[in-house]
Amino acid sequence: MERIPILKMGPFLLVTIQVDLYDRLALDLEADLVQMVSKTEAKGVLIDISAVSIVDSFMGRILGNIASMSKLLDAETVVVGMQPAVAITLVELGLPLKGVSTALDVEKGMNLLRSIIQVQDPKEEDDDDDLIFD
Amino acid sequence: MFVNISTTLKKKKSEILELWIKNQLADSHSSEDLISNKELRGQSEEIVNALLNNLNENNINNSQSSDFDLLAELLGAFSIMRAKQGFSPRETGSFILSLKEAILEVLKQESADPNQLFEESLKLSRLLDNFTILTFETFIKGREEVILRQTDEITDISTPVIKVWDGILAMPIIGTLDSARTQVVMENLLQEIVNTGSVIAILDISGVPTVDSLVAQHLLKAVSATRLMGADCIISGIRPEIAQTIVHLGIDLSQIITKASLASALQYAFKSLRLEVRKTSLENKATTKF
Amino acid sequence: MTTMISSLTKEILIISREQDVVPFRNRVKEHAVKIKMGLVNQTKLMTAASEMIRNMLRYGEGGQASVETISKGSQSGVRLIFVDKGPGIADIQMAMKDGFSTGKSLGLGLPGTKRLVNEFDIQSELGKGTVVMLIKWANG
Repeated sequence: MERIPILKMGPFLLVTIQVDLYDRLALDLEADLVQMVSKTEAKGVLIDISAVSIVDSFMGRILGNIASMSKLLDAETVVVGMQPAVAITLVELGLPLKGVSTALDVEKGMNLLRSIIQVQDPKEEDDDDDLIFD
Repeated sequence: MFVNISTTLKKKKSEILELWIKNQLADSHSSEDLISNKELRGQSEEIVNALLNNLNENNINNSQSSDFDLLAELLGAFSIMRAKQGFSPRETGSFILSLKEAILEVLKQESADPNQLFEESLKLSRLLDNFTILTFETFIKGREEVILRQTDEITDISTPVIKVWDGILAMPIIGTLDSARTQVVMENLLQEIVNTGSVIAILDISGVPTVDSLVAQHLLKAVSATRLMGADCIISGIRPEIAQTIVHLGIDLSQIITKASLASALQYAFKSLRLEVRKTSLENKATTKF
Repeated sequence: MTTMISSLTKEILIISREQDVVPFRNRVKEHAVKIKMGLVNQTKLMTAASEMIRNMLRYGEGGQASVETISKGSQSGVRLIFVDKGPGIADIQMAMKDGFSTGKSLGLGLPGTKRLVNEFDIQSELGKGTVVMLIKWANG
């Protein structure tokens, strides 16, 4: 059965989606990813969708779910590399993915994750969300 | 007296052609500067040939006959050409209408029987009227193509994306923002964000005459799409009267960063990228430093 | 003046399981590319197709989907038709409102899809099924 690989990079997990998603595959990814976050105690999740040519409402919801679920396990999620056409379509569809952090590419996403974690780590009480676009 | 109308006309071909050209030149509306006499003669000759060579007793009542394919093609080509050259509808219409006059004139000279003349004139008139309609349809199609091309050009030139700093893009929007325009604006902006790896985009709306709820919605869409890409979007160039309209209409723009001028938007962008612009103390010349 | 819509090429696919959405989206893309539709409009159309296929599978127990290249005057476009024999929709006006959903989705399906295309038509009869037709023009 088809599955999307999840890579561990230090304290982060990296998922690069390179196939056309259908619902089952997306749901499996959601389950696998949450399992992985829990198992590896990852601090951040990077989802690279630069090769994804369409994101419909269901997949948008999965991305939101992953972010919320990871958050419960104390991991931040950043979606990176969304194509312009996909962004325009999602907005038109009425799905601006509120609550999901975004970055232009994997490198910028990695930096964003680091800065969020740095801000959180030294003083746990002060939840500084300035760097998340929500 | 003639028995066969098509053969009669075929025999008189050169006479019809001369008369037609004379008619066209005599027409005071004809734009001589748009087309040379030589070209006019060439076109007229091709059309007369295409009409008379293919005309027979069977197809005179049927302008849709495939015998006239060549003629229809020629008429289409000439009228599209005229539309693009800037001929008026009257000029294009009278081009083919004056051919009818020439043919009827020749027919009159050949005919002795008024009844038959009337019958044949009616048939020919009907046929040529159909061709006039065809000419007109293609003329309008040609004009539409011109308009379409111009619209494309306007949309293209009116949405430039400027890289103002490493990581900062600015896009001045001039004119009304409708949904088609918004899509072009978004497409250009987002593509440029990808190309330059920019993290901040400034949409300057100083050139947008009014902001109603629909325009505001379009702006919000552009901001949301930019965020999805992983960049921040600032709206600048909000004039006081626009601020008034926005509040009076009850439009909520509190979710986005707005600035009065492009300068203050740029300043905000510098700050969030932790850049500093200041005067140097050594000379009076202002230089930018990180 | 009304111009007739003429159909140029047509393909019909049977939709019975989730994976069928992938080949259907690819057919849609092929047709859109053929008429030189821009990338954003292609993406909107493919997303709309995806939404409709999901609806068919969830509420209509599958059905058939067709994709065709059409032309109307000087415009060319892609028309998609989705036919299912499911339970039908009781209140179409309600279903076309943002935020309405009978299933466990976001309720963006129908109104969201409508915003992605140029023409959208839905007909449904309780107990008989639903037919959805949508058109995206190449320059729309």
